[in-house]
Amino acid sequence: MANRSKLASIRETLFGDSARAFGTLGIVLLLLLAVVPARDQFREWYRYQKGYLRLIGGRGDAVTLKRRFTGGIQQTWIPELNVVDRCSSCHVAMKEATLRDVGTQPFRPHPSIPHSLTDFGCVMCHRGQGVATTVEEAHRSTLAWEEPMIPARYLESSCGQCHMDKLAGTPKLNAGRGLLSRYGCVHCHSIPLPDGTKLIPSDDPPPLTHIADKTTREWIYGWLKNPAGYSSTATMPNFQLNDNDARDISAFLMAQSTPSAYPVAVPEASGTPDAPALQAGASAYGESFCASCHAIQNAAGLLVGGNLGPELTRIATKAKPGWIRQWVHNPKDYDPGTAMPHYRFDDKQLALIGGFLESKTDPDFLANVHLDTATAGQIAHGKQLVNENGCAACHEINGIRKPESLAPDLTAVGSRPLAKIVFVAGMEHTLPAYIEAKIKQPRSFGAALKMPQFNLAVPQIDALVTALLAQTDRAFNLPARLRVARHPATNYEPAGAAGRLMHDLNCFSCHAINGRGGDMAPDLTFEGSSVQREWLLAFFKNPNTLRPTLIRRMPKFNVTDQESAILTDYILAVYQTPSVEKDSMVASSEPADIERGRQLFYSKYACQSCHIVDPKKDKGYVGPTLTHVGSRLNAAWIYQWLKAPQSLRPGTIEPDRQMNDADGKALTAFLMAQKGQEAKGK
Amino acid sequence: MRTAAIGIAALSLVLANCSRPAVQPSAKAPSATPAAIVEVSGGKQVTTIGTPLEQPIVVQVNDSHGAPVAGASVSFRAPNGAVMQPAWGITGSDGQFTTALTIGSIAGRYKVSAATEGAGGKTVEIRIEELALGFEQNLGKQLSDVYCSRCHDPESTAERVSNFDNLTAKPHAFGDGAYLNKIGDADLWAIVQHGGPALNKSAEMPPYGRTLSKADIDALMAYIRAVADPPYQPKETVFAQRQ
Repeated sequence: MANRSKLASIRETLFGDSARAFGTLGIVLLLLLAVVPARDQFREWYRYQKGYLRLIGGRGDAVTLKRRFTGGIQQTWIPELNVVDRCSSCHVAMKEATLRDVGTQPFRPHPSIPHSLTDFGCVMCHRGQGVATTVEEAHRSTLAWEEPMIPARYLESSCGQCHMDKLAGTPKLNAGRGLLSRYGCVHCHSIPLPDGTKLIPSDDPPPLTHIADKTTREWIYGWLKNPAGYSSTATMPNFQLNDNDARDISAFLMAQSTPSAYPVAVPEASGTPDAPALQAGASAYGESFCASCHAIQNAAGLLVGGNLGPELTRIATKAKPGWIRQWVHNPKDYDPGTAMPHYRFDDKQLALIGGFLESKTDPDFLANVHLDTATAGQIAHGKQLVNENGCAACHEINGIRKPESLAPDLTAVGSRPLAKIVFVAGMEHTLPAYIEAKIKQPRSFGAALKMPQFNLAVPQIDALVTALLAQTDRAFNLPARLRVARHPATNYEPAGAAGRLMHDLNCFSCHAINGRGGDMAPDLTFEGSSVQREWLLAFFKNPNTLRPTLIRRMPKFNVTDQESAILTDYILAVYQTPSVEKDSMVASSEPADIERGRQLFYSKYACQSCHIVDPKKDKGYVGPTLTHVGSRLNAAWIYQWLKAPQSLRPGTIEPDRQMNDADGKALTAFLMAQKGQEAKGK
Repeated sequence: MRTAAIGIAALSLVLANCSRPAVQPSAKAPSATPAAIVEVSGGKQVTTIGTPLEQPIVVQVNDSHGAPVAGASVSFRAPNGAVMQPAWGITGSDGQFTTALTIGSIAGRYKVSAATEGAGGKTVEIRIEELALGFEQNLGKQLSDVYCSRCHDPESTAERVSNFDNLTAKPHAFGDGAYLNKIGDADLWAIVQHGGPALNKSAEMPPYGRTLSKADIDALMAYIRAVADPPYQPKETVFAQRQ
C-alpha cells in the first residue's frame, strides 16, 4: 500500500497538471536527444578520429590536414560496382600524401596506385565488409558477414577482376593465369575470364592413339605411377594410382593404340654409336637449336634448355629408337597438331641426332617394372579407369569420348561462400587457404576425390590462388566499360603455299603474326616492311643470329631455295605496316652525311652502348648487331624506327628519342652504309 | 616520390619497434656456451608484401672460439605482421637453425632479430634485414627488369647477359645507395626522362621520358629508393608524433 501511494505521489509531482506533464516530457525528450550523439563517443571510429586529430596536431601542416578532415561516418557509394565503403571513417588519412611517414594503422595514407580511390572504393580490391563500422566486422568474417579481407599475398587477384590482359604491376596474377593454361587446368575445369573469354590450354598433351609406336607398356606404367620421376618439369599430374590400376591403364592404352601410317620409312639405327659419333650427334643437336625448346639435365643435374617441348634427359627410356628417328624426320606424321617444326634433316643428320637422343637413357627408371601379358579383364578395367579419371579430357584416345564438365566449374570460385565449403580439420577457415590446400594436396579432402596431385612449387601455387581469386561474382557483374580486354589469340592462318610451309615449319610455335603465335621470337606482323629480299632469302637458308648473347635461337630448317623464295615473297608482300612506305626513301650516300651519322651514332646518341657496328670497337649487345644492317633493313624502316620505335614494335625497349628529321636522315645514311665485310675500310 | 621513400624509412623504424616477444624454448643444455650468433644466409632478400621469402633464413650459434654450438636455443623476433615458421628452436649438430619468413602486408624494411642465451644468461643477438616491396615498388622492379637491369645490374645469368662491362661510363647498380642517395628526386627523374646528358653525365644512358609514362618513372624511382643500401633517408624526414 505504501509503495502504491509513493508511486501515486511521484506521478502527481511529475504529471499532476498539464504544465508539469509538458515540462517533464520536454526534459525526457532532451535527454533522449542527447543520448544519440553521446553514443557515438563510444564508437571505435570516433576513438580513431580523435587519435588522428592528436596525431596531426603537432605537425607542421596541421592546419591544412585539419581543414581536410571531416568527422563522423564517411561513406563511398558506387552503385554500379556494388560498392558501399565506410572504411575512410577510420582510415581517415588515405588521401593525405604528406603523411607517408606514418606507419601506424589506420592512419597510413594509401600507397600510390594507378586508380582513384573515390572511383573504385576499397572493397573492390581489398574485399572485406565495406558497410561495417567496427574493426572486427570490417576486416574479418564474423557472424553473418561472408567476405573477409583478402590477404596482401593475393591482392593482385583483385586487379584481375577488370584486367583480362597481362599487367606490368601484377606479375603474380599474370603467372597464375599462365599456369592455368600451362598445367592444363582448363582442360577439366571451366574457368572463363570475367569478360567471358576462355583461356587456351598451352600444355599440348600428346594424342595416345598410336602410343604403342612410340613407347612401351612398362614406360607408361612408370610414368603413370610418377610423372615427376621421369621429368621434373612434367606438367602431367600424379593420379596416385595403385599398382594394379596403373597396370590396367597401361594395358588398355597399348590395346587401343593403332599403328600410325608413315609416308616415309626412316632407316633404323645401324649399331650403337661410338664416342666421336655421339659427340657429333651432340653438336648436331646443338646446331639445330633443339635446346631452344627442349631441356636436358647436365652433369651437375641442372636442366639446360627451354620448356616449350618435353625434357629429353631420359628420352630413350621412353621412346623406341625407330620412333625417335621417325619423329625427328617429320613429327607431323605421328602427331599432326604438334608444335615441333618439321626440320628437313638428311639421313646423315638424322643418324647423328637419332644416335645422340638414343643414348639418353636412365635404366633406373624402369628397373623395378615387370608386367605380365595383359588379360582381357585388365584391359576392360583399364578402359573403365581411363573413363573415370578423365584421361580423355587432355589426351586423344581411341574409343574414349572427351568428357564434359568433368571437374567443378570455377567460374566464380573467388566468391564461393564459406558456408558452402567443407574444410578439413585443423585448416584455417578462409577461402584462400581452402583453394591453396585444394591445389597443394587435392586428395587431403577425401581419398575418393579425382583431382590429381600436381607437382608445383610454393610460388606457383601462390600465383594459381591469385588467379582463381580473381573469379568473383563482382567481376562478372561489372559494367562493360571498366573491363580492360585481353587480346585473345586470333586464329590467323596464312594462305597458299607459304601458309602450308609456315604450318609445316610451325613458325607460330615461336613467332607471333597478326595476334597468333608464341612470344619466344620476334613478332613478324610487320616483317615485310623492314627487311630486304636478298637478306631474308639467305637468312632462311642459314639463320645467323643478330643477337649473339641469346641462347634461344632460330634453327636451321634446311629449307630448299624454292621454299625460301616462297616464304620470302609472301612475307615481303603481306606482312607490312601502314606507317612505312617501303621504297619511298633512298638513304644519302654522301660521305659527309654518313660521317655526320657516325658522329651522332657514337656521341650524341651513344648507340654503341647497346649495338655493334664495328666489331673491333663496339661491344654493346642489348640490341641486335648492326654490322650488316645496310644489307638487312630498308632505309624507310630505319628512319621510322629512329623516329618512333614503339609505332613499329609496341613494347620494344629501344627508347623513343623524338629524333629530329635531320638527325634521323643522317643516322639512316650511316646505318645504310653498314653492309658488312665488303664495306669495311671504305 | 620522395614522400614514398620517407614512408619506407620511417616504416622501418616503426616496424622495428613493434616486435612481438617470442616464446622462450625450454632448451637442453647446449654443447658449449654460445658467444655469438651469425647469419649464414637469407638476409637482404627482396620480396613483395604478403609473400614468403624465397630462401630461408639460416643462423649459426658459435662459442667463443668460433666453433658451432649444438643444442643452443634460438628465438626469432619479427615485426608485426611477419610470420616466422618456426619462431624458435634448438640448433642442430652444425650449430645452425633455419626458419622461413613470410612478410606482412606493409611495404618496407623488416628487421628480424635472432637471439640466443650466452654466458651468464646474457642475450646474444643478431639483426637480419629483409625488404618488402609494395605495389608501386614492385611495378618499378618489373620495369627495371625490362628496361634498366641489362646495364645497371652487373650480374649475368644464362638467360640474360649483362651489358655492364661493355659500357665506358659504368652504370650504378640500384642498390648502390652510397651514390644514388646523394642524387635528389628531381635530378634522378631528369636522368631517366632526358638521359645522362641532362645532368652532364654519359649519353650511354638514353632518355626514357617518351618510352615510359610518368607513372612508370614514379614506380621506378620508388623501387630505386626502396632497394638503396644504405637506406635512402631524405633530409626532410618528419616523423609522426608518438601517441
